[in-house]
Amino acid sequence: MTVVAISGVTKTFPKGHVTALQEIDLQIEPGEFVSLIGPSGCGKSTLLRVIGDLTAPSAGTVEVNGKSAHHARLDHDYGMVFQDSVLFDWRTVAKNIGLPLEMLGFDRSRRKQRVDEMLQLVELQGFGDHHPWQLSGGMQMRVAIARALAFEPALLLMDEPFGALDEMTRERLNIELLDIWRRMSSTIVFVTHSISEAVFLSTKVVVMSPRPGRVAGTVDIDLPQPRSGDTREDPRFFQKVTEVRELLRGVGADEHGSVLAEERA
Amino acid sequence: MTVVAEPTPSGTVLATVRTRLVDWIPAIVVFCAGIAVWQLSIEIFNIQKFLLPKPGAIISAFWTQRGALWRAGWLTLKEALGGFALGSAAGILVATVLARFRRLGEALMPIAIAANAVPIIAFSPIFNAWFDPLSSKPRMATAGVLCFFPVMVNTLRGLTSVRPAQVELMRSYAGGELQIFRRVRIPTALPFVFSALKVATVLAMIGAIVADYFGSFGSLGITIKNSVALFDFETAWAAILMASILGVLMYVAVSLVERIVLQWDPTRQERGTA
Repeated sequence: MTVVAISGVTKTFPKGHVTALQEIDLQIEPGEFVSLIGPSGCGKSTLLRVIGDLTAPSAGTVEVNGKSAHHARLDHDYGMVFQDSVLFDWRTVAKNIGLPLEMLGFDRSRRKQRVDEMLQLVELQGFGDHHPWQLSGGMQMRVAIARALAFEPALLLMDEPFGALDEMTRERLNIELLDIWRRMSSTIVFVTHSISEAVFLSTKVVVMSPRPGRVAGTVDIDLPQPRSGDTREDPRFFQKVTEVRELLRGVGADEHGSVLAEERA
Repeated sequence: MTVVAEPTPSGTVLATVRTRLVDWIPAIVVFCAGIAVWQLSIEIFNIQKFLLPKPGAIISAFWTQRGALWRAGWLTLKEALGGFALGSAAGILVATVLARFRRLGEALMPIAIAANAVPIIAFSPIFNAWFDPLSSKPRMATAGVLCFFPVMVNTLRGLTSVRPAQVELMRSYAGGELQIFRRVRIPTALPFVFSALKVATVLAMIGAIVADYFGSFGSLGITIKNSVALFDFETAWAAILMASILGVLMYVAVSLVERIVLQWDPTRQERGTA
């Protein structure tokens, strides 16, 4: 069954009459790792929020696991990871990870067991009693991922989760994320503005164009799994990076002129 | 995996107490020096005692009349504590309602700010007409109204200054308003509430003492007023000393509760950890 089915989704913001998304059609199948990439203003984050029912589309429909996005949210069908780790300072790491479990009504012992598993999954054993601000940025993001995975959602929505991290931490977390994706056999929708990150992680890259946000094209990434540091040095990796870059150039991602011309019109 | 420096404070309770004491030494030295300068300058410049009595004379008056001062202090402390409790509770309650119904909050906020600018202490004699002046109710009312506004305004600011992403996270877990209130708004508001409560302890004491001046029986304020009328300045100053001690005690009590409740707050961590 298709995990995410988006058809004819348009999103306009009344303030300033901005059309963030126009006529988006997209299918995401189980087990896929789909990246949404595009220049700022292409609505990639908005699309992710529409899938998560954090914002309602102005037209069109979104189905998640065969239900409306709204029902899917109420059924806890997805876990969300934001750009910022969004951890609660007043909770320890373990309690942050346990937050969704509390809300789903897990009892204390089941919660503790799940949290311990999650700490192990993101390699933060021994940090359960720490407070978020006692951890580095990369560790905080791992806590956020552990929290999103704690209740085993089949779908993971990630909005530029590694955007604020340094290159080395980011590459390491990329490999860890792929590892988690394989083990949990989940479906991931991942927003990024890094071409190499999108190609490295994904089974499919969706390139979006700005103002109004449209799907400009998709690139299937059939690089062998499991991917590792070597993948980044594979000639086919460069070939795919070039392919995505060409598509982005086509939508005026690196030519401010075309974007500005459209704004003036 | 990189492990950041462990900020968890290590060491025994004794070591903590010792470092605390070392931190306090400069303040204690300055305080003692100030008292010494006070005492000496009165002797050297021959200052009249109605202007400023010697610290030694104040302390001895405090000691000889400690029983009476304590009884007066207890009376005023009850007024201050009662006002603090009522005013703060009302402030928190109103802020909670206004945070829930934002429209109402927006309508009432300008009025509240205008009301806050009113010198509430001026109402003190009026409260004597409203409530039984033989009881401590009018003094409690003055202290309470003084506490109400800062607590209400700060609590409301705390409850409404949550990070939007945290609210969205709760929504992604299908959390409703009540869940968001309990798990996000209240913890976010707590540091704001405590800083307001600390201000409120000071205001409560001021309110109680000044309200005492407008008529009360056996309280600290009346002790000060009557002693001055009788040119017994040592006793007046001793009563002021008692009022200060009680005010500081209230403040310290709230600070201690704050320290326990807000252990998680990174802005409260000492010596710049993490």
